[in-house]
Amino acid sequence: MSDDAGMAETGGVVKKFLYVNRKAPYGTIYALEALEVVLIGAAFDQNVSLAFLDDGVFQLTKGQDTAGIGMKNFSPAYRALGDYDVTRFYVERESLEERGLKPDDLMDITYEDEDDDWEEKPSIQLVDRATLARIMAENDVILSF
Amino acid sequence: MKFGIVVNEGPYTHQASDTAYQFTRAALEKGHEIFRVFFYHDGVNNGTRLTVPPQDERNIQRNWTELGEAHDLDLVVCVAAAQRRGVLDSSEAKRLGKDTDNIAPGFRISGLGQLIEAGICADRLLVFGD
Amino acid sequence: MSLLHMVNKSPFATTSLKSCVGHARAGDAILLLEDGVYGAISGTGAADILAGLGGDIPVFVLQPDLAARGLAEAELAPGLTMTDYNGFVDLATIHHATQSWL
Repeated sequence: MSDDAGMAETGGVVKKFLYVNRKAPYGTIYALEALEVVLIGAAFDQNVSLAFLDDGVFQLTKGQDTAGIGMKNFSPAYRALGDYDVTRFYVERESLEERGLKPDDLMDITYEDEDDDWEEKPSIQLVDRATLARIMAENDVILSF
Repeated sequence: MKFGIVVNEGPYTHQASDTAYQFTRAALEKGHEIFRVFFYHDGVNNGTRLTVPPQDERNIQRNWTELGEAHDLDLVVCVAAAQRRGVLDSSEAKRLGKDTDNIAPGFRISGLGQLIEAGICADRLLVFGD
Repeated sequence: MSLLHMVNKSPFATTSLKSCVGHARAGDAILLLEDGVYGAISGTGAADILAGLGGDIPVFVLQPDLAARGLAEAELAPGLTMTDYNGFVDLATIHHATQSWL
């Protein structure tokens, strides 16, 4: 069986992968281990998007300080995704509003657009529910955790 | 059709592994192909050979091992999730200085790339979880 | 491209069914399985979640999970279709991708 060498085994096929995040961080491991899939998946040159809805929007809040609970703060890893060409973070507006969050409460996640003179652009795109539903339907592989 | 199956929960505590197993069996009976069954999060606990469920209950690990044998399935346990939870094969155990290994027959330990590859190569990827 | 949405949680326990219904589109299908089958019972406080769906999104219920929970003879919401694991496989084949509302 194949190892993790990447593209060689997959014959140049490019699919649209959507990672769906609906759970809050730290109370369960799903947010962290989902991120680990995204990081490994980045090496496979697929068309990758992340969706944050329901409690998943809490994964992106600023100011996470985990010292008191004895866990690693893994939120900085979201900011590193831009360097791995993972640049589409769809955050559902209704989910934010239902939770009393504003876009300003979220981390500043950016990437450098190589097609636009390396201009720094925001990775987070606020979308409404209907738009996110459409985006979901456009994907080939939807991973939930 | 080629299916990729992802099992995100351990045996017994959630129905996920049972449902995944029933789906996999039905798909095989219909003549479909199973590209890979990938065990992630607590799903890695489906791959320990040390479970001793009550005699009058289904043995989930054995169900997967036997289905795997009968149909030459690729049952893959994620190495990162497995290390966190203590599911090791003999080479991992040796390398990491543990005094034993516990991987069940028919399962192999490998990286998250195997999950991505399943997404790429299968026609459909189904996630069974909590 | 149509999706098969899988809901395996009770609507009384989590918001997964509500969230699924909020994102399903015409041509998609919803499968209630495991504890998700509780969402199929008529006359409950959660019954109006499914009622909010358009007629162009069929809802399937995994019969073995209903029977396991003593609901084989229960009154279900109108318009649902019973299915089994074979039907589940067919649904996964018909739709372009699946989305699990965990």
